[in-house]
Amino acid sequence: MVINILAKIKDFFTQEETTENTGSSSVAKERLQFILVQDRIKLSPQEMEEMKAELIEVIIKYVEVDKDKIDMDISREDEKMAMVANFPIQKKQE
Amino acid sequence: MDQREQGKAIVITSGKGGVGKTTTTANLGTALALLGKKICLIDADIGLRNLDVVMGLENRIVYDLIDVVEEQCRLEQALIKDKRNENLVLLPAAQTRDKDAVSEEQMKELILKLKERMDYILVDSPAGIEQGFRNAIAGADKAIIVTTPEVSAVRDADRIIGMVEAEGVNDPDLIINRIRQDMVDRGDMMNIEDMIEILAIDILGVVPEDEGIVVSTNKGEPIVLSNNHKAGEAFNNIARRLEGEDVPLMDLNNSDSILAKFKKFVGLS
Repeated sequence: MVINILAKIKDFFTQEETTENTGSSSVAKERLQFILVQDRIKLSPQEMEEMKAELIEVIIKYVEVDKDKIDMDISREDEKMAMVANFPIQKKQE
Repeated sequence: MDQREQGKAIVITSGKGGVGKTTTTANLGTALALLGKKICLIDADIGLRNLDVVMGLENRIVYDLIDVVEEQCRLEQALIKDKRNENLVLLPAAQTRDKDAVSEEQMKELILKLKERMDYILVDSPAGIEQGFRNAIAGADKAIIVTTPEVSAVRDADRIIGMVEAEGVNDPDLIINRIRQDMVDRGDMMNIEDMIEILAIDILGVVPEDEGIVVSTNKGEPIVLSNNHKAGEAFNNIARRLEGEDVPLMDLNNSDSILAKFKKFVGLS
């Protein structure tokens, strides 16, 4: 009985901690940043993917890159937009 | 020739509807009038007029903005005096006309005339990015963008900031309306810093969610006129900032919470 009550009290406090802290604001912020980038450069997610694929094609014509680790993103730096891409060049197997 | 300085025309806009443009316009106008400034509020939302209702002046309307630009009456005849403050007048929107009934040129001309006799002209913009919005920002020296801490409202605010700047109204300021500190505290609402970072503009004020706004709108009395309301205090602060005073952003921590009261009681805060 006592244990039961204690558990309930504990539940009450942990509930405050966990269920209230869903942290959806960080989701909102991330989504917004993504949406605004699209709004500002007027590029749909699909076009973005197409551009990415084309760029990769061009790059691999000249260097060998680790396709799985390519990272391409459009971000905001101060008031300007920047496209930052990272193409890890693959070390040749010897 | 009148030697007084020309007034300043400020447009209050948002992109998204329902974020509190009209409430902001009514309260900033009333707060500035309380500071002794001569104020004209213009409702530029042709066809959907509301500022008169929020101000409680709907029964006094005879002429409206369209009547003025079409010269059906003199400007003075259309300016409705506020019933509480003699420094404040309202130029209502036409309710039965189309937003195309007024042009950007006409708005510019009208605002120029008003600037000669007012300290501030506050223009309540319609939602959206169409002609009504363009009319509202025509002739504005400054823009205030209102948003709420929601993804959709912030997105539209970003859009509007770009458009306002494209029209030559530079450096708009931001008001974040209806913020709920309890939700921010538990991570379920974007905080002020998040929104400033995302929109990259200067913050003019933060207004907490306040049930009193509904009551004040019910009565047609701007909330800055009643005491003990956080939202009213926030709008008064914004008015003082517009006047160049250095007023820190309001501490939104809920002083009504039981914990806060307890802390106060035992002397912790």
